[in-house]
This record gives sequence, C-alpha cells and structure tokens, in this order.
Amino acid sequence: MSLWVDKFRPKTLDDLHYHHSLSARLKSLAASGDFPHMLFYGPSGAGKKTRVTCTLRQLFGPGVEKLKIDQRVFLSPSKRKLEINIVQSNFHIEITPSEAGNYDRLVIQELLKEIAQTQQVDLNARQRFKAVVINEADSLSRDAQAALRRTMEKYMSNMRIILCANSTSRLIAPIKSRCLLMRVAAPTTEEMQVVLEHVAKKLKFDMPPEASSQIAEESGGNMRKALLVFEALKMQSPDLSGPLSIAKPDWETYCRKVAQLILKDQSPSQVMEVRSKLYELLSHCIPPTIILKTVADAIVDSVEDNGLRRDIMHWTAFYEQRMRIGNKKIFHLEAWVVKVMSLYKHFYSGFDLADFNEDL
Amino acid sequence: MAFFQQAKAAPKHTVEPALQPWVEKYRPKTIDEVSAQEHAVAVLRKTLFSTNLPHMLFYGPPGTGKTSTILALARQLFGPDNFRNRVLELNASDDRGISIVREKIKNFARQTPRAQAVASDGKTYPCPPYKIIILDEADSMTQDAQGALRRIMETYARITRFCLVCNYVTRIIEPLASRCSKFRFTPLDSSSTSNRLSHIAAQEHVDVSPEVIQALIDTSSGDLRRSITYLQSASRLSASSEPPTPITARDIQEIAGVVPNGVMLDFACALGIEFSGDMDVDSDTDRGRKRDFDGIRKKVKEVIRQGYSASQILLQLHDLVILHPTLPARQKARCALIFSEADKALCDGADEELWVLEIGLQVQKCDSA
Ligand SMILES: Nc1ncnc2c1ncn2[C@@H]1O[C@H](COP(=O)(O)OP(=O)(O)OP(=O)(O)O)[C@@H](O)[C@H]1O
Ligand SMILES: [Mg+2]
Repeated sequence: MSLWVDKFRPKTLDDLHYHHSLSARLKSLAASGDFPHMLFYGPSGAGKKTRVTCTLRQLFGPGVEKLKIDQRVFLSPSKRKLEINIVQSNFHIEITPSEAGNYDRLVIQELLKEIAQTQQVDLNARQRFKAVVINEADSLSRDAQAALRRTMEKYMSNMRIILCANSTSRLIAPIKSRCLLMRVAAPTTEEMQVVLEHVAKKLKFDMPPEASSQIAEESGGNMRKALLVFEALKMQSPDLSGPLSIAKPDWETYCRKVAQLILKDQSPSQVMEVRSKLYELLSHCIPPTIILKTVADAIVDSVEDNGLRRDIMHWTAFYEQRMRIGNKKIFHLEAWVVKVMSLYKHFYSGFDLADFNEDL
Repeated sequence: MAFFQQAKAAPKHTVEPALQPWVEKYRPKTIDEVSAQEHAVAVLRKTLFSTNLPHMLFYGPPGTGKTSTILALARQLFGPDNFRNRVLELNASDDRGISIVREKIKNFARQTPRAQAVASDGKTYPCPPYKIIILDEADSMTQDAQGALRRIMETYARITRFCLVCNYVTRIIEPLASRCSKFRFTPLDSSSTSNRLSHIAAQEHVDVSPEVIQALIDTSSGDLRRSITYLQSASRLSASSEPPTPITARDIQEIAGVVPNGVMLDFACALGIEFSGDMDVDSDTDRGRKRDFDGIRKKVKEVIRQGYSASQILLQLHDLVILHPTLPARQKARCALIFSEADKALCDGADEELWVLEIGLQVQKCDSA
C-alpha cells in the first residue's frame, strides 16, 4: 500500500491541479523539440518533482515510468569504492548528489560523460536526447557545478539536464546562465483545498469543507505535508467531523520546549540545559537550520517588544550564515542561544551585556 | 545496461538545425561574428595573418563569448581537418589533477605538429606550426595543477600555445597569469545585445518589439547566452498559443524570474518605503500598523511561498531604494550597508527566508531611525 501522496500523484501535465500557465508553458516547450536545460526552483512541497516527472512523460511518453534501480560503483581518487543507487528509465536518469557526499563531482563527471558519449539507441524514441534529472541541485558542491558547465554545452545534442532546487542562490552564475529557470510557487490555500477534495473524491469520501480548509491552512503551502496530514487524520477519525486536532510533529514540539527554556531563565547553567536538548534534536537528524528557525520563531512569538524581536531575528540570520560556512553546527547553535539569552536579559533587567560576555 | 551501451554501430543522429537550441545554433563561427569584444577581436584578427600567437588568458562573466571566441579562432587557424590533432580542449568536467596536467597535456604538447595539405572543404587555412591547448573554466583548477602547468608551458613553448579561460582572473596564480596576454571580456553593452538579438530574431522569423528587446537587455545584465535562451523560450510560448500572440515584455520578465512590480511595491510598502505621491501624515496610523514586525514577517512568508529567489528580491529592492525619488540620502546609505551584508550571506548559501526577513527588518529600522 503506497501513501496517498504517491498513489494520487498526477502523471501528466494535464492532471496537475494548479499553476496551469506553467503547465502550458512546459507542454509547449516539450513539444518544440528544442527543449532547453531547465532549473526548477521553489519552496519544498510545492510540487517541483511531480512537475518534472509529468514533463518527462510529456517528452518521452509512458516509457519513462518504467524505472529500474541500478547500483553503480565509482572509484574515488584514493581508490575507495563508492556504491550509488541510480534510478533510470530508457530515457532518463536521476541523481541525488548528496548520496555521493564529498565525491559528487566525480559521480556527476563520470555519469554525464558516459551518457553524453552514448546516443539514444532506440530509433523510435521521441527525443534524441536523454534527460538527466539532478535532485537537490542546490546541494551540489561548487566543483560539481563547475564540472557541469561545458558538458552542458558540448553534449547538448545527446543530453538535457533538469535541475531541481529549493533556491537558486546557491547555484553558480554560469549554471544559471545555461538553464531556463522555472519558478514553482507554493500552492495557495484554495489551490491546496482543490487537490485535497480531488483526492477525497477518488476515495469516494465526502470531505467536510472545514476539514479541507483547516488542513490546507496548517500546511503552509506544502502539498506533501497536507496530503500526509489528511491521510493520518483520516485514519484517526474516518469521517473527519468535528474539530480536527492536527498534531505537530514531535521535533517541532521539542523545539518549542527549547524556546520555553531559553525564555524561562538566562544563565550559564541554563545554556548547558538547552545545549543537551539541541544535541538531542541534531542526533535525530533534524537539519540545524530548521532547528534554529523553529526555535527562533517560537521565541519571537512570545516576545512583545518589536525592537527585541528584530534583534533576535538579526542574530538568527547572522548565526545561520556562520553555521553554513562553519564546520561544527552545534557551536553556532550554542552561540546563538547565548546571544539571545543575553539580549533578552539585557532588555528586561538592564543586565550588562559586556559582563555577561566576559564571564563566559 | 542498455542505457549505457556505446551506440557506435547505430546510425548517427544528426540534430536538425531547426531543433538546435539557439545558443548553439548562433554560436559565432568566426571571430568577426563575436559581438562587442572589439579589443580582443582586433588583436586576435592579426594573429590570423602572422605565424605567432602568445599564450592567452580570457576572463569575464558568463555568456560573454570567451569559449566561443577561442573555438572560432582555433577553427579559423586550423580548419576542420586539423582541428582534432591541433587543438586540445580541457574543461572543468575533465579530470585536471596534477597527474593529468603532467601526462595528458605533456603527451599532446610533445608531438610535433605535421604540416598539412589543402583542407577537405577546399579552403586553405593558415595552419601555423603550433598546437593550441584550451583550458576552459581554468578557475576551477587547483593551485597545484596550475603550478605544474608553469613548467610545461615553458618547456613546450616552441610548439604549443595555451589559452586559459575563466570567470575570475584572481583565481589564476600570478606566475601563470603573467605568462599570458590577458583579454578581458566585458558584459555586453545594450546596443550589441540588441543587434545580436535582432539578428537572431530576423533569422528565425520572430517578431520582437523594441520593448521586448529592452526587457531582454534589462533581465540578462550583459549575459548574451541568457538573453538568447529567454528569447527562444518566449518565442516558443507565443508560437504555441492559439492563436499565436506576440511576445510581450512581461513574458520575458516572467521567464527571467523577475518579481512583478506590484509585488515589489507591496513589499517595499510593508517596510515603510512609500511610492505614491500622497505621503501625508493622515495615513500615519495605517502605515504604522503595516510596518511592524508581524506585518513584515507575514509579507516575507508570502513572497517566499511564491518561490521568488531571494537574490532577485534583493536586486529589485536595491533598485527601488537607491533610485527612490524622495528617500533621504542618509537612509539610502544605511540601506546600502544592509544590501551588501545580505548579498554576501546569500552567496554563502544562508537561509533565504531568514535573510529576506533580515533585509526587511533592517530597512524598516533605517526608515524609523
Ligand atoms: N560576444 C558574443 N557574440 C556573439 N554571441 C555570443 C557572445 N557572447 C555569447 N554569445 C552567445 O552565448 C553563447 C555562450 O557563449 P560562450 O560559451 O562563449 O560564453 P562564455 O563566455 O564561455 O561563458 P562561461 O563563462 O559561462 O563559460 C554562445 O553560444 C553565443 O550564442
Ligand atoms: Mg565558456
């Protein structure tokens, strides 16, 4: 039994429920035969991947849905073996660079060369090129991005690249210059309701409008989340009547607790307390940026003074940036906690900031 | 693994020119076709008539014709037959560790070029007695590999010329850079961009209005590859709609990911930057409400959900603020500091939402200070 998110995933561009003009644009590009390299970007859960899959189907026909998973072995310069799973059909191939870790450049380089130098053997194929889908392209290292550049130009007759990313800021300019950028905005609450109701109809279920609007509202533009929540709620109460209680995920509740701790008491011992909680979150693989943002959001929700709230967000942005460049995430999370505590204490009790910093 | 079969025996697919992406179709074939880079072209044209060529270093932003120029020059020097054995192109997708530089380049450089007869296309080419090694995207070569290159360059100077191509000249080690004559490729000026685009549009029988050309110039900031890609996509879209509609400037902006003006003005307004003529006191209460922390936070969430890129928002907000008719200079100056911080952070890959919020809050602070 697959999840509803997968089971009811639209298969063709015509099935997509929102951003109709974008779908039309993709259809006309797919029909034109001179399909460019593309970069799809937008918030997570907005439906980028689904749209890419539909576009591939428009380009190559139902054959792209016949996927096989191959395990390939790459040899690192130090002769270490890297085993990587690759999803592919006869017409396309998919790579998620984070699987290759530090060796993403090597993997990209070898795979692309291989594809670029082979030609479509199936003469009945609709396109002469094969498509290479690179998921999470914003996590590609600079080196790997550089390796893409000339390849994208040189082998254009045999290959098209489709990049998927949350944001374009982390991609180098020469890559952006070689792609057609496609923005996929998050669906609005109304658009999400339409999708939810469509799924309900397929399940032959009469969805109360309050329920669909509440689920859509809570999901903040993340369609995947909305469908997962819908499925979970439906398990709990089959008719979705009465007030819904949409449970927050555990990690989010935990982050809120961390925020409470920071606001309750500002002392070196409290820093230690908070620190162990942050470790706990990190050890459950919650991305540090998400931790930072969620805790900060919870804090500014409970603080009244707008100047203080602005300062807290300023230091959040500051430490998030350092965390990105730095090596040890926990260092920066901790420093941020100390900073926020000192700001807070200073604001409410005129506590002297300089002293606090020296004490540590 | 059918996918990776080498299809040597299979009939060769040749791409019909009509289906080629325009960036490749209109890649300059001779150096005279290269737009705008007058200085480089003038110097290089002379080399076609002499037997001498210095080592060269091309640098400049993406899509300004660096790769095209060196490929065109090489083709004009050697013709189609000798291109393969006289020109070696290595780019960032090739492995260019020290060992490769030592072996591959060394092997290629060592063979003495043979003289040649008349080319198969009937033309004669100068075919000077040296080989060209193109190191494209050289800024991604390691320092060590660049260091190893120094010796090779000198040892084989008699029979090889190197052409290094990069975006950032500062990433090339000084001893290497100083051995080359440098050519700076500048972002294309608007009239060259306009000419080249009009030329392509005419060849492709696409109608473009002056407004569309202007929009292409504005959105591509001197990157010709980008503007050609935008033009081609826009023309596909307009041709496929029923009935075909002319391309509009708005189409181009949409393709280029430009945030619509209305959205930007709305955002600026939430930060307390007004554009309407009526900046009277009586709307104070209304404005005061919109500008507070929660108002800004809500607006930021909205634009982020729309998926606009933070760097694009920053770019457009910058223009709105700096060109604002009535904002005091002091306030603009403070904003400039914020924009620089934010640009750096975004390049470091910092979280977009946090930084758009940071920009919003700090700009609003300048305003109220
Ligand atoms: N000066 C120019 N004259 C004519 N066409 C150009 C020029 N610059 C760029 N183009 C067009 O843009 C395409 C890309 O140009 P090119 O590959 O030379 O860029 P580049 O400078 O090497 O960029 P990058 O730094 O990204 O490698 C060409 O195929 C051509 O269509
Ligand atoms: Mg180039």
